[in-house]
Amino acid sequence: MGNFPLAPPQASEFAHQIDPLFYALTAVCVFFGGITFLVVIYFSLRYKRGTKADRSNPKHEHLPLEISWSIFPLILALVFFWFGAKQFIYAKTPPKDAMEIYVVGKQWMWHIQHAESGVRENNTLHVPIGRPVKLTMISQDVLHAFYIPEFRIQYHVVPGRYTQSWFTATKPGTYHLFCAMYCGTQHSEMGGYVYAMKPDDYAQWIKNGGNDPQPQTLVERGGSIYTKMACEGCHTEKDTIHGPSLYSLYGKTRRFTDGTTAVADDAYIRESIYKPDAKIVAGYIDTMSPYVSGTQPGAISEEDMLALVAYIKTLGTTNMPLDKSLSGTQRGVTPNSKVPGSARVTAVGALGFEKDNPEANRLRNGKPAVGALGSEN
Amino acid sequence: MSSITATGTIPAAEPAEKNYLNVTTTFKSWALTHDHKRIGVMYLVTIAIFFAVGSLMAGLIRAELTSPTGNFLESETYNKVFTAHGVIMIFWVLLAAVPGILGNFVIPLMIGARDVAFPRLNLLSYYFFVGGGLLAIAAVLSGGVDTGWTFYVPYASLYSNSQVGLAVTGAFLAGFSSIFTAVNFIVTVHKMRAPGMTWFRLPLFIWSAYATSLIVVLGTPVVAITLMMMLAERTLHIGFFSPELGGDPVLFQHLFWFYSHPAVYIMILPSFGVQSELLAAFSRKRVFGYHFVAFSSLAIAVLGFLVWGHHMFVSSQSMYQGVVFSLITFLIAVPTAVKIFNWTSTIYKGTVRLHAPMIYAISFMGLFIIGGLTGLYLSTMSTDIHLTNTYFVVAHFHYVMVGGAITGLLGGIHYWWPKMFGKMYPDRLAQITAIIVFLGFNLTFFPQFIVGWLGMPRRYHYYYLEPQFQPYNIMSSMGASILGLGFLITGGYLIWSLKFGAKATSNPWGAHGLEWTIPSPPDLHNFPTTPIVTDDVYDYEALDAAGLSGGVVAPQGVS
Repeated sequence: MGNFPLAPPQASEFAHQIDPLFYALTAVCVFFGGITFLVVIYFSLRYKRGTKADRSNPKHEHLPLEISWSIFPLILALVFFWFGAKQFIYAKTPPKDAMEIYVVGKQWMWHIQHAESGVRENNTLHVPIGRPVKLTMISQDVLHAFYIPEFRIQYHVVPGRYTQSWFTATKPGTYHLFCAMYCGTQHSEMGGYVYAMKPDDYAQWIKNGGNDPQPQTLVERGGSIYTKMACEGCHTEKDTIHGPSLYSLYGKTRRFTDGTTAVADDAYIRESIYKPDAKIVAGYIDTMSPYVSGTQPGAISEEDMLALVAYIKTLGTTNMPLDKSLSGTQRGVTPNSKVPGSARVTAVGALGFEKDNPEANRLRNGKPAVGALGSEN
Repeated sequence: MSSITATGTIPAAEPAEKNYLNVTTTFKSWALTHDHKRIGVMYLVTIAIFFAVGSLMAGLIRAELTSPTGNFLESETYNKVFTAHGVIMIFWVLLAAVPGILGNFVIPLMIGARDVAFPRLNLLSYYFFVGGGLLAIAAVLSGGVDTGWTFYVPYASLYSNSQVGLAVTGAFLAGFSSIFTAVNFIVTVHKMRAPGMTWFRLPLFIWSAYATSLIVVLGTPVVAITLMMMLAERTLHIGFFSPELGGDPVLFQHLFWFYSHPAVYIMILPSFGVQSELLAAFSRKRVFGYHFVAFSSLAIAVLGFLVWGHHMFVSSQSMYQGVVFSLITFLIAVPTAVKIFNWTSTIYKGTVRLHAPMIYAISFMGLFIIGGLTGLYLSTMSTDIHLTNTYFVVAHFHYVMVGGAITGLLGGIHYWWPKMFGKMYPDRLAQITAIIVFLGFNLTFFPQFIVGWLGMPRRYHYYYLEPQFQPYNIMSSMGASILGLGFLITGGYLIWSLKFGAKATSNPWGAHGLEWTIPSPPDLHNFPTTPIVTDDVYDYEALDAAGLSGGVVAPQGVS
């Protein structure tokens, strides 16, 4: 069932609590729902016109039956109500010794600050396993919802008031952080990863200042974009029938199908990605589709383009990064990526960072957003 | 013929060829008609158009979601598309479909009335409906709305740069339209019943339409006020809801759901009524536990007003408030379960005929059982934390709204089509199509339960960080294609039947009820003389004993 997962991973104490309730509900629903529908089908066929069936003395009212099929679902419902409410109250009552983390949601990113150490991060959340973590959350603009499916926690992040949620991670790993409440254009991209770490790893991460343990240079970031966009599919070390090699390209004179030539500089590389058909290398036909400039997936933002050009310039030179973890078979970004931090940079890239919505500002008459945590302003 | 008309005049004396459809033919005679039947037909045509537009939007959504990075839309456009889908389907299809089309057409016929109580108000209601709808279409054409159909603040009031004003004004007008219709139905049922049509001789469709109308009259003004407050905040910066202006965004949610949860019952209760009619007619048996089914509609109408907070368990409303809302939500499951069990028992020892409307009734049972039971996951507070705002919710309400309300609508249209237009559609094709719709629907929405349980939030355009969601989304999109095909075939043979269908008799299904005692299509004045009701509701034994319509083997004129 590799392609068809049937349940999300259980990575928090709370997941281990509610999942049994979920499966109990499923069992009850499948059993009673299934039986009822089968009975409907059975009756429909058994009493189909023309069948020989006993139709004598049909009843039209039956009080004991009505009472029993009211009481029985009621009792069952109250059982589920009881456990659901009990667990909800538990989920709303963080333990006093919980580690505190502050969350600010804004269109379309999460700012997170670890209270004890002051370490900050954007669109990621690092937490130690085995220790209760309490989140105090507020929105700087519209409604958001902080949602980690693997932990089974979700709570709205509301402008103008603090909300709280808490969890205890139980299993080290990389999980999803979503905004689950529709918040505008890039709602579906407001999120990132949650890293549940062993306490020692977490302590080390905090000690490093929480920064990406392997800060990326522009060239390295360009390399991961190169990989993500699968440029290597056509442009390899040697010329192929799909496309010319980009190795040792920079500064060379290129000859084109129309007989003209040009020196391969930054502008040329950029143009060849955004408008591949503008200049076609002699011996090739126009097969490459243009990339849009922008922040949507599949597009390349100008910020990413700078990195990509920087990387392409190094190909075939002594500056070429040899870190093969950045290339190879990795296509697209997966949660299990070995370089989630950098993947996150390429995936979210320029879209979120401090990009304000000018229309929102207009509508707000330039009033400052309220309620943001002081430290985040 | 179930009941006794004033004299022994049995429909042999059909008025020659003149009926409500062809008595006058000018445009004006339709546009300014006061006839409830014509208004019902006008609703049918209008809602079919809105349904087609809403379905097109759904098609775009499904096409887009086959790939984790989308296929051809910008995120902004995608958000406008799902908003248009939700707004059109809720305000201009679901809320009005069964009352507007079937309610208008059959309620006076079922109770033996000449028309509804306020025919002019009825026409006005239609024009408010169309006017509001045109505003919504104008909103879509002039740039679209990107707030989602819930218009949550402060996004809708201060942040969205889209045609919120037009769409909200349209919804406001549609709300008045449904208030007019509801007032009309309440008064009609109270004052216009034929002699002998006592409350407990009313068909259950009337009971559910009545309960629905009560909800509409009590609830709709609240959402109208709420939407106006939101517009005032947006245009005049009067701070009701936005904290930047001193308001409270959670207050909006309370006011919005105070109407919009009961609105769910506005959409589904009329289809419950249709379901009762279909099961009685095609099992040839009185609905089991008539009084319980009737009163469960009222219980749902009352309790429906006390559960709105279950949309807000994680919204930062008080935890104790949430506990009470959860409890009442579980209570409302009981009258719903009672209906299901009574319907099932109706078939028991019946004489079942599996014509297309009955296939829809069976399909309704399957889909609504799933839709209703999955509501339990969302009313259980702890599982709701994980499931709310995910595709699980999307699947749940589509099972209730499409699997329940739209399936009921389709069943009802197939049931009363011969009465409305005097023509038979091809029954075999309709049966097969009903099964296609059932299968396509399940393939579309069942995978969404799983992908929601896996954690896919609703209203997501991209899911490129979670490629494991893709197989389920592809299944869902394949199902949507099948479902769309089913709807197209349905529209095709229904239109075909208007010209080529066999002529329908006055009672092609051999059903019990006043509407089946008059010609198909009915005369402009419905009943030649005021009928006097002497027999019980769904009294098929008397019908058979009298040998009047009993023992019908197949509907006459079925091709």
